[in-house]
Amino acid sequence: MTSRMTDVEPPNLGVQSNSRVAPLIKQDKVHGSLYTDPAIFADELQKIWYRSWVFVGHESEVAQPGDYVRKRLGLQDVIMTRDRDGGVHLLLNRCAHRGNQVCDDAKGNSATFRCPYHGWTYRNTGELIGFPFFKGYNGRKLDLAMGRVPRVDSYHGFVFGSFAEEGPSLTEHLGAAAGEIDRLVRLSPQGRVELTAGWLQHETGANWKLLAENETDGYHPQFVHGSIFGVTGSTIGPLYSDASTAVTRNLRNGHSENDLRPEFRKFAEPMRWFGTTEERVPNYVAAMRELHGDAADQILIEGAPHVMIFPNLFIAEIQVFNIQPVSVNQCIQYSTAVQLAGAPELNKRMVSQCVGSVGPAGMLLADDTEMYERNQLGIESLQPEWLDVRRGLHRERVDDNGFTIGSATDETGMRGFWSHYASLMEAP
Amino acid sequence: MTSPTKVAEGLTTVPDGYDVREVEQFLYREARFADESDYDSWEALWTDDALYWVPAGHESADPMQQMSVIYDNRNRISTRLKQLRTGRRYAQAPQSNLRRLISNIELLGGRAASAGGTDLEVGANFLVLESRARGNHLWGGRVTYRLRRVDGGLQMSYKKVVLVDSDKPIPTMGFLI
Repeated sequence: MTSRMTDVEPPNLGVQSNSRVAPLIKQDKVHGSLYTDPAIFADELQKIWYRSWVFVGHESEVAQPGDYVRKRLGLQDVIMTRDRDGGVHLLLNRCAHRGNQVCDDAKGNSATFRCPYHGWTYRNTGELIGFPFFKGYNGRKLDLAMGRVPRVDSYHGFVFGSFAEEGPSLTEHLGAAAGEIDRLVRLSPQGRVELTAGWLQHETGANWKLLAENETDGYHPQFVHGSIFGVTGSTIGPLYSDASTAVTRNLRNGHSENDLRPEFRKFAEPMRWFGTTEERVPNYVAAMRELHGDAADQILIEGAPHVMIFPNLFIAEIQVFNIQPVSVNQCIQYSTAVQLAGAPELNKRMVSQCVGSVGPAGMLLADDTEMYERNQLGIESLQPEWLDVRRGLHRERVDDNGFTIGSATDETGMRGFWSHYASLMEAP
Repeated sequence: MTSPTKVAEGLTTVPDGYDVREVEQFLYREARFADESDYDSWEALWTDDALYWVPAGHESADPMQQMSVIYDNRNRISTRLKQLRTGRRYAQAPQSNLRRLISNIELLGGRAASAGGTDLEVGANFLVLESRARGNHLWGGRVTYRLRRVDGGLQMSYKKVVLVDSDKPIPTMGFLI
């Protein structure tokens, strides 16, 4: 993988390619079997979920030494731990002896994990530190340990894991998407984001890619969310209209965003992005002006990013989603509210707004999820075989930084997703 | 799930003027309105200081700082119902077919209301069978109601629904639980 991959590069359709997916991905359409074929799903686990960088959680969830929290990475049951030196580890929840689950709590604080089956004990780094009745092993040492996700790295506290021993660094993987995380973190008067509000867990009967594609699909909001926009008088709808000046940007490496800043700049009202005014959050605005001086206005006007980071981290302004696959037609959406360090005035509002919007009963996400599930059922139909992703292809352009952009409602993000997906699935 | 000691926390003795049969009839009516997606009748059961809460994970978590599945004040209940009435709340259009059972009803005690006076706190267990195109789902758990005598009848100021599986992934919950 290179970070300068051509934006909408058609996959290599060369005769020597024996890839399962190459014939299924075209520039303007993708084949339905990508969402329904269990063999493709099995391939994705090996080539994407157990190889590429995958978002797992946030360092603030294991703030103190000894803290741990159970997570999923693909189908893997993973324990994210904080060791006594502050290092963060991703351990596979499996005893090296008989394969039993070592940890059964969702979270807690402990320097060690003791397998309940035969009492084998591990440090929270995965190292085996003891086992009962050692004479049976002819000594006190065994060269066994818990499995570990070999590469763990974080960016502004967002923790990612990769099962590939070698490969692109997290920085290389994130590429331009890192700038969007920067933009989120900059909204904190202390330059720090925390994900400490707990995660809703939303079971979703759809292939994970339908979610990844939808996250920066600016075409659907007026239709899927028209009901809630209408009754609340929300200003979100026009951001995703035909007349909107917002753009959809292919950030490369499968990442994409709906860049709403052109719309917010038009209004030039601080905090409009959050649906409020600066008068209603005076302490926050004062802290930001204190820190950023003249630059504060621009930050407070432009607001938070709306970015999908391949394959499973979606930052939707004030909420964060972690998508994990379960099977070819099942996945789980984990969602939580962004918490900005040093902004108590905003944080309660963020929890409240986020609870209203996301999760199983959320007034936005429950409707998205209904669409994902109906979409999955629709794709089971045999004809017309392909899903169309050509919207806006004729009006795509390149921005000042060399990124391909489309209009607010264009499928530029999806095309970027598929281009990167193909490159990973094509790899040996 | 609710532990006995927590049930008792902050509760006074059962206030006077509440009859267990009347309370049961109120709860069954509330259940029927929810089952039949009779939004107007259901909304009319609530007081102005209403709170409708479905915690996620630990039920003791502070809802101001931790995510909930639902945490609706009266205003947000109204918004939720307005969205449902549009007929384009796709998570509930078409509506789920629902029937629920309420059992183990106990009058737990009196609870000081923020608006003044004392509400009657009632606990019960429930099961809801939901049928949708995606399949059938059985929802179950513990529900805590707070009821208040208003103009001779009963109204509901609080409904907290703790799912037995609130610590696990759950499917879309578009209906009134």
